[in-house]
Amino acid sequence: MLLTVFALFAGVALVSAIVVVLHRNPVVSTMSLVVTLVATAGLFIMLGSPFLAALQILLYTGAILVLFLFVIMLLNVQRERTTTTRMSGMFIGAGICALVFAGALVRLFWSAYADTAVKPLDPEAFSLVSVARDLFATYLLPFEMIGLLLLVAVVAASWVAKKPESADDPDAIEVVKQGEPR
Amino acid sequence: MIPIAWYLVLASVLFCIGAFGALTRRSGIAIFLSIELMLNAANLTLVAYSRIHGDSAGQMFVFFALAVAAAEAAVGLGLFISIYRLRHTIDVNRLNRLRW
Amino acid sequence: MVFTPSVIAALAMTGLWMFALINVTPIMLWLERRAPAFMQDRLGPNRLGPLGLFQAIADVLKFIFKEDVNPAGADKVLFLLAPTIGFVASLLTYLVIPFGPEVTVAGHTFPLVVIDSDAGMLLFLALSSLGVYGLVLAGYSSNNKWSMMGGIRASAQMVSYELALTIAVVAALIPAGSLNLSRVVEHQIAGNLLGFLPAWNVFTQPLGFLVFLVAAFAETNRTPFDLPEAESELVAGYHTEYGGLRMALFYMGEYQSMAILSALGATLFFGGWSLPGVDAAAAGAWIAGLPLIGAIGPGLGTALFGFSVLIVKTYIALFGFIWVRWTFPRFRYDQLMRLGWKVLLPLALLNFVVVAALAVAGKI
Repeated sequence: MLLTVFALFAGVALVSAIVVVLHRNPVVSTMSLVVTLVATAGLFIMLGSPFLAALQILLYTGAILVLFLFVIMLLNVQRERTTTTRMSGMFIGAGICALVFAGALVRLFWSAYADTAVKPLDPEAFSLVSVARDLFATYLLPFEMIGLLLLVAVVAASWVAKKPESADDPDAIEVVKQGEPR
Repeated sequence: MIPIAWYLVLASVLFCIGAFGALTRRSGIAIFLSIELMLNAANLTLVAYSRIHGDSAGQMFVFFALAVAAAEAAVGLGLFISIYRLRHTIDVNRLNRLRW
Repeated sequence: MVFTPSVIAALAMTGLWMFALINVTPIMLWLERRAPAFMQDRLGPNRLGPLGLFQAIADVLKFIFKEDVNPAGADKVLFLLAPTIGFVASLLTYLVIPFGPEVTVAGHTFPLVVIDSDAGMLLFLALSSLGVYGLVLAGYSSNNKWSMMGGIRASAQMVSYELALTIAVVAALIPAGSLNLSRVVEHQIAGNLLGFLPAWNVFTQPLGFLVFLVAAFAETNRTPFDLPEAESELVAGYHTEYGGLRMALFYMGEYQSMAILSALGATLFFGGWSLPGVDAAAAGAWIAGLPLIGAIGPGLGTALFGFSVLIVKTYIALFGFIWVRWTFPRFRYDQLMRLGWKVLLPLALLNFVVVAALAVAGKI
């Protein structure tokens, strides 16, 4: 029973991950990443942390990937033209590297943890109270710094993405048409 | 209970798929998506380890990693918008001059 | 598949909720026409059946028989996927709303909620945030610049008001001290304000309820926040290119998310499945004493009582949705976004701080 559920989540995650990296339409890639993240959230639940699963769906798929879709629609990103990259050296080289690295990691993890007996899940260790205690007592400083980081990110993103004000603005950057001499 | 090694194996395969995508794609958005895939694989590894040791520190790490990924996505996409405004392309093969 | 009693109970409760949610659409289709007619001193549709009750059947038949149009150049997969995502995402969120206390049926005790989890509210927020994709994909895949603008506006509005909604919801969870909605309802039952009022959160945090109300209107794209889909703006916004059954899916998704947010508001602020002064177990025993329905027993009787109370509160809120729609003019888009970020979010935070301070002081 658990095996079926795991196989379902893992299979869906793998297939949609492959679609993410191979499909040429960026919107389809983003939606496949949504599917991968939801499958991973299911795996989080199986590993005993429903909070992280809910947070992953809420933050990652519900906010970050929506932002991706906005930018894709705003910039009207077209389908990628890959007539030159398929079967090129980079493609094959990257494929071999990824396979070798995957093989090394899989061998490493399998040999190290194949027969690790995991203790049964202690409901107290991963409950709401313990998560709250960790966040606000043990890891209070990183928590506050994350708040600061998000503030910095908001300010930075809104400054970087704003339109240049006018031609006389000293901070404005001139637009260079493709191929024109500077 | 599923043997914990399977979660780690799955995470490493996802990571390598993401790495392959980050190396191969031409569109900046697609590279960014592959990076998010790698981050997700790392999060899965962390949660698996947290389960092995029964220690919630792994889950806290994932919590902070999610927040950092959100911040990074915001700034990164702002950068994409700015780059597109200047060079009218997201193709990383064309963005090969280290000036505006 | 291991059919333990708890699994059977969960499946039965799922069936009950699905039945209730699927039936929201026909009832709302009728109510959405008769209620404003009543408010505007005219008759609504009254030809089909008594009081025009079969109007919904006529509407459904019309939707089914309309031609399925696929706009040229539209991405076919995404075009079909968009209303499906909107429909399914709003259908997943009922899983954590309780409709009764723990009951004992045929010797097995289980709480009357499909997923009884300590992360219940988080799951609700997570699943309801998936509904944005319906809007975004509908706008993108229609190959129509007006649809895309409508889609971007609608999804930006939804994401912005999700923040205020979440903070208002969290403030409502503070007195109960748990993300489990059953605990929230129990906390509201077990109190008394000023001697006669039940300890409902609407009385202890009225500002939070107001923020939740406004954010719920904006989340479901209802007037006064329905600029992205209003008939006089951008044609019909993100669902311009949809006709027939796909349009029906959008409509159903919208009505279902209205119903779910109403049920959530009833649970968080109005005591959920409880009536003040009525003990659920006693009500169940009373129902078990009735001639015909009494055969279901006291446990299921309590479930019936709790579910009926929740449904009544939900429909009162849905009537409120319709009432507001036909009363207020709609916001312009920049006014809408300014309201969400500059007014509602600070108010929600203020409410949160006040409620947290009161909770620490032991007053709530």
